Amino acid sequence: MIGRKKPLVKVLIIVLLILGTFWAGFPVLWMLSNSFKGNAEMFANPPALITKNFSFSAYGKIFANPEQVRFFINSYVISAIVVVLTLFIGIMAAYAFSRFSFKGKGVINTVIVAVQAVPPITLLIPYLSLIVSLKIFNTYGALVLTYLVFTLPYCILMVTGYLNTMPKDLDEAVMIDGGSRWTALWKILIPSAIPGLVSVGMYTFMQAWNEYLFALTLTKTNDMRTVPVGINLLMGQHAYEWNQMMAMSVLGSLPILVLFLFFQKYFIAGMTAGAVKS
Amino acid sequence: MDSNKMKKTLTPYGYLAPTLILMMILLVVPIIMVIRYSMYNNVIAEKNPVFVGFANYATVLSSKDFWNAIKHTLYFVIVSIIAHMLIGMIFALILNTNYLGTRTKGIFRAIYALPWMFTASVIAITWRMILDPNGVLNYLIQLFHISDTQITFLASRDIALRSVTLINIWSGYPFYMISILAGLQGISTDLYEASALDGANEVQTFFRITIPQLKPILISLIMLDFVWTLQQFALIWMTTGGGPVNATETVSTWIYKQGFTKFQYSMASTGAVILLILCTIIGIFYVRHQLAED
Repeated sequence: MIGRKKPLVKVLIIVLLILGTFWAGFPVLWMLSNSFKGNAEMFANPPALITKNFSFSAYGKIFANPEQVRFFINSYVISAIVVVLTLFIGIMAAYAFSRFSFKGKGVINTVIVAVQAVPPITLLIPYLSLIVSLKIFNTYGALVLTYLVFTLPYCILMVTGYLNTMPKDLDEAVMIDGGSRWTALWKILIPSAIPGLVSVGMYTFMQAWNEYLFALTLTKTNDMRTVPVGINLLMGQHAYEWNQMMAMSVLGSLPILVLFLFFQKYFIAGMTAGAVKS
Repeated sequence: MDSNKMKKTLTPYGYLAPTLILMMILLVVPIIMVIRYSMYNNVIAEKNPVFVGFANYATVLSSKDFWNAIKHTLYFVIVSIIAHMLIGMIFALILNTNYLGTRTKGIFRAIYALPWMFTASVIAITWRMILDPNGVLNYLIQLFHISDTQITFLASRDIALRSVTLINIWSGYPFYMISILAGLQGISTDLYEASALDGANEVQTFFRITIPQLKPILISLIMLDFVWTLQQFALIWMTTGGGPVNATETVSTWIYKQGFTKFQYSMASTGAVILLILCTIIGIFYVRHQLAED
């Protein structure tokens, strides 16, 4: 907006900035602050933001407990596999949508768009019997396969969009030189779509890292649990280890925070694609 | 067909094969299964379930608990969407003014986007601590004499639903903020200049230029948020578990409890199909809206 700056508006903006910072930031700050406290001071009156007994002991306890370290390993491994498979399978499907016309294209496309509206809890009960009969209950496979259903549609739609912006001459040039479509896709098209793929990959990672419902119901033993379920388990087992739960929350949020800080542009592009058309 | 031509027709299906197989086994089949389950008396738990047609739907739709869950869900969804929109819009407008430098805006954008970075269980546990009767919010409330007694935010039947909605508002507004901000930055300055030349003040400009220009984004946001909030499970499950005494029971916690605590898989499936139908209806509108824009 153009024009003069009004001092009154400036004051209003500063007030809103402070209120907004408190609203958005305080819960996060409180989580961080409590992860450094002793458990006895958690509900001290008056509460302190920085405790006199500042210590990393809650973090130490988590790293010293193999069961809890395992939650992190599980989450990283599952999310990484989901990202790789989603990109691989999704890029192939996107190539078909972008470069060919074929029977059933419209129907398949509609199904893929529609999946995004299917609530995971709808599929939960059939999944339970399917996953058990496929003999993959309580394995990484159960989570990877079910996560793919919800990560693929977004990936396919986004990558189809990127590929559509690239001229078909590129593929044809490769094929005239004796290369196959497969080489054209992976050697020529994909390398120039990397920035977009980073956004898609981050969004996919976040979906997999945050998933709770399937992780809760399709795994059973603690060695298969992921971070979101693990944090909650800590609450059930030792109801009063608040500082450890906070430390685990901080550690469990780190990967996403790091992705956001270092790749803010891609992160935002990926997250807002559903609502904003560029 | 000669082999070369055949190869050409089959190629796209080759590229699509992994997606199609996966979607067939883990999407189409489960949806058929859940619809089938909803028409039998107790499946999974019973060895030889009997076909009962729409009897389960009659039971669910005449159950007081289910309608209570629908009522809570609607409150949760509608209040969340309105608050998300208001907070998202205010923050986006602040981050788009020329009163602040680019660097300042960048810092505040990161701070305001913070709730976005946390998974539901982290949000749930952090807020449980803040809202605890002995927690920091109650400390502040007593410090400023807003109330002299401890407020049991999550354990009182009267305010638990409001507390859970508050937590959901906190966790969901950044998506609006960032999307609206992207939309604001896409509005041509010509429009604002023309409006200023017409002598319109800032409020008039906001309603005549900004809102109409943002309309497609706002509609997409509302529809996406509707579908997401309607099926919110993790946040409610980990803060109140639907309690105290069903006070925060929503459709998804109702379905989960029918299946996993009561082992009434047919009832759970029936609820799941009803939820699926609701989401599909909104989904159709969303797809149409997106297509209309292209």
